[in-house]
Amino acid sequence: MNFGSLDLNTTWFILIGVLFTGYAMLDGFDLGVGALHLFTKKDEDRRIMLNAIGPVWDGNEVWLVTGGGALFAAFPNVYATVFSGFYLAFVLLLVALIFRAVAIEFRSKQPMRWWRQMWDVGFSAGSILSSLLIGVAMGNIACGVPIDGRGEFAGTFLGLLGPYPLLVGVTTVALFMMHGAIYALMKTEGPLHDKLRRWVINCMIFFIICYAVTTMATLLYVPHMAARVRANPWLFSIALVNMLAIANIPREIHHGRDWRAFLSSCVAMIALMGLFGLEMYPNLVLSNPEVANSLTVHNASSSQKTLGVMLTIALIGVPIVLAYTVSIYWIFRGKVKLDKMSY
Amino acid sequence: MDVLTLSRIQFTLTISFHYIYPPLSIGLGVMLVLMEGMWLKTGKAIYHQMARFWTKVFALTFAIGVATGIVMEFEFGTNWATYSRYVGDVFGSALAAEGIFAFFLESGFLALLLFGWDKVGRKLHFFATCMVCLGAHFSAIWIVVANSWMQTPAGYHIVGEGMKARAEITDFWGMVFNPSSMDRLFHTLCGAWQAGAFLVVSVSAWYLLKKKHEAFAKTSMRVGLAVALVASLLQLVTGHTSAQGVAKNQPVKLAAFEGLYETTTNAPLTLFGWVDEKNEKVIGSAIPGMLSFLAHNNTAKPVTGLREAAPDPKGRPPVNFTFQMFHLMVVIGLGMIAVAAFGAFFCWRGVLFRKRWMLWVLVLSVLGPQIANQAGWFAAEVGRQPWIVQGLLRTSEGLSAVVKANMVLTSMILFTAVYVLLFAVFVYLLNDKIQHGPDEADLTPSGKLALPERNKA
Repeated sequence: MNFGSLDLNTTWFILIGVLFTGYAMLDGFDLGVGALHLFTKKDEDRRIMLNAIGPVWDGNEVWLVTGGGALFAAFPNVYATVFSGFYLAFVLLLVALIFRAVAIEFRSKQPMRWWRQMWDVGFSAGSILSSLLIGVAMGNIACGVPIDGRGEFAGTFLGLLGPYPLLVGVTTVALFMMHGAIYALMKTEGPLHDKLRRWVINCMIFFIICYAVTTMATLLYVPHMAARVRANPWLFSIALVNMLAIANIPREIHHGRDWRAFLSSCVAMIALMGLFGLEMYPNLVLSNPEVANSLTVHNASSSQKTLGVMLTIALIGVPIVLAYTVSIYWIFRGKVKLDKMSY
Repeated sequence: MDVLTLSRIQFTLTISFHYIYPPLSIGLGVMLVLMEGMWLKTGKAIYHQMARFWTKVFALTFAIGVATGIVMEFEFGTNWATYSRYVGDVFGSALAAEGIFAFFLESGFLALLLFGWDKVGRKLHFFATCMVCLGAHFSAIWIVVANSWMQTPAGYHIVGEGMKARAEITDFWGMVFNPSSMDRLFHTLCGAWQAGAFLVVSVSAWYLLKKKHEAFAKTSMRVGLAVALVASLLQLVTGHTSAQGVAKNQPVKLAAFEGLYETTTNAPLTLFGWVDEKNEKVIGSAIPGMLSFLAHNNTAKPVTGLREAAPDPKGRPPVNFTFQMFHLMVVIGLGMIAVAAFGAFFCWRGVLFRKRWMLWVLVLSVLGPQIANQAGWFAAEVGRQPWIVQGLLRTSEGLSAVVKANMVLTSMILFTAVYVLLFAVFVYLLNDKIQHGPDEADLTPSGKLALPERNKA
């Protein structure tokens, strides 16, 4: 397909942003439910929590897989630098994701208490660690990492665990916990639902504190992540949408409109990722302190031919994916009912 | 040990472990489509029971396949960053296509396959089963295309020089239909079908030996043996065309498969033996002319030996290892044809279910495809060494520049520990499911699945 004068590099910057935003919105609630898992004590409640995400978590994780694949294809230099540079962090993320995935599958296959307890811990710890590491990675990308003249990562593993990235990591855990709690609200009923309603409030308080601290820290210590909005005040409207969406969540929860609260949470995530992308552009990996070594949409991308081929693939594939994903969510709508096929 | 050795060992460990599962998913996917299709067609409840039971086994293999598959996708970047920069333009696009066309399809419809039994009608459920099966096949297509490009690069040109050099696509379809991709795809798929079919055969044979769930086991056995026989025979064809492709495109690898050092006409096919790499000769028994015939359909044609194809011993793969892996695959492949043929013959004559020794052979047959699949991949990948991309990039040049040996050692220990645990749990749960057996309640469909029956009545 011929895309004329379309800026393919920028298009793929946006598309990869869309894929990772999709991942945050969808697998975000899976990870959040996982983080909350150990707070439920009764076995039946834990099964309901698991089965709330049961039919969909697998598909949600594919957003990460496809995002990774798209990054590999569209910006191989970014993929190579970040994955080899953040080596141990990514290995930990993989181990966490493996435990999360197989714990869901294995947990309810045996009735023994120790068996279920073991996989419950694996599921919850895997979910929390995954969220934290994803957030830490985002935090590092935001404040910049040392990149040498060859475009290779020049820092260390411990160097990635700075205060700001850790703060973003904790904020991500808080965001996913709130998101997951709201999702679980939609899928549950009875006493568990009432319990979750109290937890949502706590999760929101936790998130809003983290969010406020992160915003302050960003403005003070990572000013370049606010530079574009400062230069173009109309962009502040995105930040405003973000704040309004967050403020709307407690309101909807208060009125018992869980579905709308979930939508608000999604909108908040989209606006946050939008701001993140806007401030990063055209950098994909900001080099700090040697800004000139940054990996950008231009110096780190694949050929125009490949970007074009991939855009064709995306234009054919994504509408189909969206269509059946929506249908499947529709089929599995409503409250969780345990049956013999359940986890 | 150095980074290169450690990274190669880690990749071997993670890919070998991963590769236990996708073939099972692909093969069982086909079995599920057949079983559910038979149910829709005949309305016999036994097929419903079969589909339900094998779906549970499918779910188990699928979960581990997904969990270990993400490791593979990340590992290209973490351990082979220079390779990733070099091939990203080509390999990356196939991988991204795999995500969009295959993984979403598989995992999306898996929800319906596993949890949709009582939520949707039987036709829609069957459709979901077909889509999961199709998605599993699509994922094989894209990853085998990408791997085949590493064997026989096509549709690309090299841009830049030295450290900055990389391959870029010039012809997308040329890359997809590179000289080896279709042969290797069908070869891989047949191996996957065998893996699924022989698992069904093996479990059914076990039930028959233990005199449990006999009606279920007999029907499963018939479907399993039919697919096993067809796939095993097809495998002979795809194996032959693949070998001819290797002879044409990767003469070094073919020579290593057979331990052939001297270019010879009437080249012999070694049945079993040992390659003495130091003295450059093979000790073993061989059929004269057979290799020439297999490679060129003509015994008089010469087959290129290693001394001509790769004069420098550094440009050769580990010959004996490649030789042994290739022969292991071929021997097991032929064995599986025999097992499937005898099994089908006895079944047709109606004596299979009384022949206990044959049932024991069938119980063990599940290992056949697993060993052959692993050995085949070892032969294909080790036989390509020292190249990571044939003729373009050496394996030693593909490493991550910034990753140190102690980091790889750490990750390797972690992955090994996790995988040992996973494998133990997998075997434990699989055994548990098999011992538990099919659910008798599944003989009476419930929920929406029961509706069409009621309408008919």
